[in-house]
Amino acid sequence: MIAELGLAALWLAAALAVLQLVAGSLALSGKAQGLGGVVRPVAMVQGGLALLSFAALIVLFCQTDLSVKLVALNSHSAKPLIYKLAGTWGNHEGSMLLWVTVMGLAGGFVALVERRLPEATMLATLAGQAFVSIGFYAFLLMSSNPFERLPQPAIEGQGLNPLLQDIGLAFHPPTLYLGYVGLSVAFSFAIGALITREVGPAFARAMRPWVMGAWIFLTIGITAGSYWAYYELGWGGWWFWDPVENASLMPWLAATALLHSASVLAARNALRAWTIMLGVVAFSMSMVGTFLVRSGILTSVHAFAVDPERGTFILALLAINIGAALLLFALRAATVTEGERFTVTSREGALVFNNVMLTGILGIVLVGTLYPLLAEAMGSKVSVGPPYFNPAGAIFAVPMLVVLAVGPLLRWRRDSFSRVRGQLLLPLLLALGLAAGVAFNRGIDLLPAIGLALAPALMLASLLPLRARSLMRTPLPIWGMVVAHFGMGVALFGMASDSAFSTERLVAVYVGDNVGVGPWQVRLDRIEPVAGPNWTALEAKMLASYDGGAAVEIDPQARNFWAPPQQTAESALLTRWNGQLYAVLGEQGEDGRWQLRLWWKPFVPMIWLGGLLIALGGVLALFGRVASDVRRVIARDKIAYRRQKQGR
Amino acid sequence: MIRLLSLLLLALGALAAPLQADDRLPPAPYAYRQLDNPVQEQKAQALMETLRCLVCQGQSIADSDAPMAGDMRNQVRQRIAAGEEPEAIRQWLIERYGDYVSYAPRITASTWPLFVLPLAILVLAFLLLRRRFAAPEKLS
Amino acid sequence: MNEGAPRTSRWALWLPLAVFGLFVALVLYGLLRPASRDIPSTMIGKPLPAFDLPAAQPDRPGLAQANMATGKPRLLNIFASWCIPCAAEAPQLGELARLGVEIDGIAIRDHREDLAAFLARYGNPYARIGADDVSAVQLAMGSSGVPETFVIDGKGTIRYQHIGDIRADQIPMILQKLQEAGQ
Repeated sequence: MIAELGLAALWLAAALAVLQLVAGSLALSGKAQGLGGVVRPVAMVQGGLALLSFAALIVLFCQTDLSVKLVALNSHSAKPLIYKLAGTWGNHEGSMLLWVTVMGLAGGFVALVERRLPEATMLATLAGQAFVSIGFYAFLLMSSNPFERLPQPAIEGQGLNPLLQDIGLAFHPPTLYLGYVGLSVAFSFAIGALITREVGPAFARAMRPWVMGAWIFLTIGITAGSYWAYYELGWGGWWFWDPVENASLMPWLAATALLHSASVLAARNALRAWTIMLGVVAFSMSMVGTFLVRSGILTSVHAFAVDPERGTFILALLAINIGAALLLFALRAATVTEGERFTVTSREGALVFNNVMLTGILGIVLVGTLYPLLAEAMGSKVSVGPPYFNPAGAIFAVPMLVVLAVGPLLRWRRDSFSRVRGQLLLPLLLALGLAAGVAFNRGIDLLPAIGLALAPALMLASLLPLRARSLMRTPLPIWGMVVAHFGMGVALFGMASDSAFSTERLVAVYVGDNVGVGPWQVRLDRIEPVAGPNWTALEAKMLASYDGGAAVEIDPQARNFWAPPQQTAESALLTRWNGQLYAVLGEQGEDGRWQLRLWWKPFVPMIWLGGLLIALGGVLALFGRVASDVRRVIARDKIAYRRQKQGR
Repeated sequence: MIRLLSLLLLALGALAAPLQADDRLPPAPYAYRQLDNPVQEQKAQALMETLRCLVCQGQSIADSDAPMAGDMRNQVRQRIAAGEEPEAIRQWLIERYGDYVSYAPRITASTWPLFVLPLAILVLAFLLLRRRFAAPEKLS
Repeated sequence: MNEGAPRTSRWALWLPLAVFGLFVALVLYGLLRPASRDIPSTMIGKPLPAFDLPAAQPDRPGLAQANMATGKPRLLNIFASWCIPCAAEAPQLGELARLGVEIDGIAIRDHREDLAAFLARYGNPYARIGADDVSAVQLAMGSSGVPETFVIDGKGTIRYQHIGDIRADQIPMILQKLQEAGQ
């Protein structure tokens, strides 16, 4: 019953999306002006129905309704409730339903609150949102129906890979999806603006909070995913340039560029076509990333990973959505002039430079990710990994970070470098001093050395915009910028420090032995068996003391899950202000010694701390902007009310 | 289901999924043992991070618990200890497995776009950038 | 709009669409022609690498590259008792041995008792079996898994690599490759 309800809601939502598109288009073309009025309510109801459908699927998973194929394939009655819930989106059909739900809700929300833009632009935007949604509804209903029933209810579900039963991982996909799909609003705004040629500061101000919101979720999602890979994989790595990671990085890069160019457009009415372009590209990257992951095309080392039918469907969807948007862009953007001019040394100049650098990094990641596919088409197998991505990315990232230190100090429109030179002296000296210090310390590679010299200077320079300001009266968006840029420096320092100073110890020891790693002494005290809900494990009790200090116990585990049988290494982390001790328990050798992997990673938590600071900066800026928007609306309503009263 | 799991596994980064039972032999001598000479070990580690595990989905041999990755680490460390240069070892493996085994693409007839494209992006960016700027005197 | 605002040149506006077109073409190609998961050895046509493996079983001698250049094409089967497809392949190897093909084996990372049990259960078509406990010869051959079968010609040159287990319907193909190697 619930499954049928969910399916009906999904069909209705799809039908409403069609109505939204048709009514919006007709009203825009002037054929049926009266239809314009239905578009907003339809968008809201469509979002509600999509949510209802998703809620139905959640209920089915929580009840473990084994007559539903998706539930039987992906769940198990004995799973903890939280993982039953997470199981809803831990599969292809459920995650696509989550996708359309977020998209519908975002569209409905825009329809509800956005009143600043001309009505024609809103109609075009909502029609654009519906246009993209229809494709995904069709995909769900035709080839990925999540509510399909089994002819005979299954006796028991097939369960979920125990590795996926991790609380961090359970909420990682929805966070990323909110980011991916949130960008669809920017995409629709860009299309709407192209159709009506209404590109200006008002457009940028309307779009910005949506981009900001999506970008915050993306930032958190990527940061959390990186930390998860770091502690769960047991090898101390935190970024592997894996296609799936790159798929989440590409929309983030585009969204970051979009945020900054939208600021230029909002403040200075410049970079119009460029901002539109990025609006299209950001969501396109979300779709491309999702496609690359879902179709399995880049993981096709395993033949079963490729599902050509589904892959072709999503590809057709991509080709229609992105192709149409880019065609519209090519035809219309020439009539959207670039707007106001500015000099090279100006706030706009710095933002443009960084936009281009971000686009460059995006290009590198895209080329590097897709290249194995291209090589395959040319008949050779190639692997592209860190030795390519790191230096190629740095070519763009290093100049970008240097300009990031200077840019916020420059004035809009025109400025001169000599005006800000004085303020930058201190960060510059700091960077030079650190560079000299690093140069003496041989054995540090070039890239980490640059990072170590640049990061503290960047942190210092990012605080400079607060100089000569009353901290109490500094607007929240300025705080947001400062915090986010500071976070960049923090993350960069963590990355550089990890690759420059990490020490690794692989040893085989008897119980009672001592191992030194960096400033730590670690003693393997004893090994004990422990049991969890669906696993047993050997747990090492290790006593770690820093530089002769008091010992702290850490307990890495070697876990054995029994359904399905699988071994995982649960690392143990010990965090100090200046770094992390990372311990993994390996196997026992024939001579009775235990294999241990130990790392001392100075300042490595700064990577994720920096990521969170960047997201926090976004939250501050978003909050500040929304608050001032709300204040403005209230003030306007008050004036209107007063006028109305006076009129009487 | 298997397809999805493989995707999720990829998302997890838990990529080693050989379709075989595990062997019972202990790991090769230098699979989980560092070289005594720290300079040599650092060289070996840097090389291992850029060699692809052949039985995993997308991991370097430095990040994999697959037995074959262990055997490859053993091979790398022993050769480094014998005085071989890291790039010679990479070359030795490429002669056997092709470019697939190395995460550091060489410049060859089939990989030149990887290196030309970043340059092209830079040049294109510069060309587009130039149009956006006005001379200061024109602005007043 | 102010006077003389810089306008993006028209060709640049079509660039994103062009790049996207290339992307779609590439991905479509990849979808329609899924890449094979095999990593072929690039040692085909080259002489066998030098190796000398100890005997993996008391009743069969070990294997050195010198044993392979016998003037007659042979099969070199890389296998292991812990590998499930290897067990599935065993009848085909037995059939090939019955047809007079000489087969040498390299057992990868294998316990001696496990291997003995495996051979007792699935048959022993091998003339010699070398024990490769650290996959050294496997790496030198450019082999990336078990089972793999190489055709070695009479001069000890690697002529063909078969990745995965040999199916029953592939026996004629293997015989054909052996014949080609003999010419």
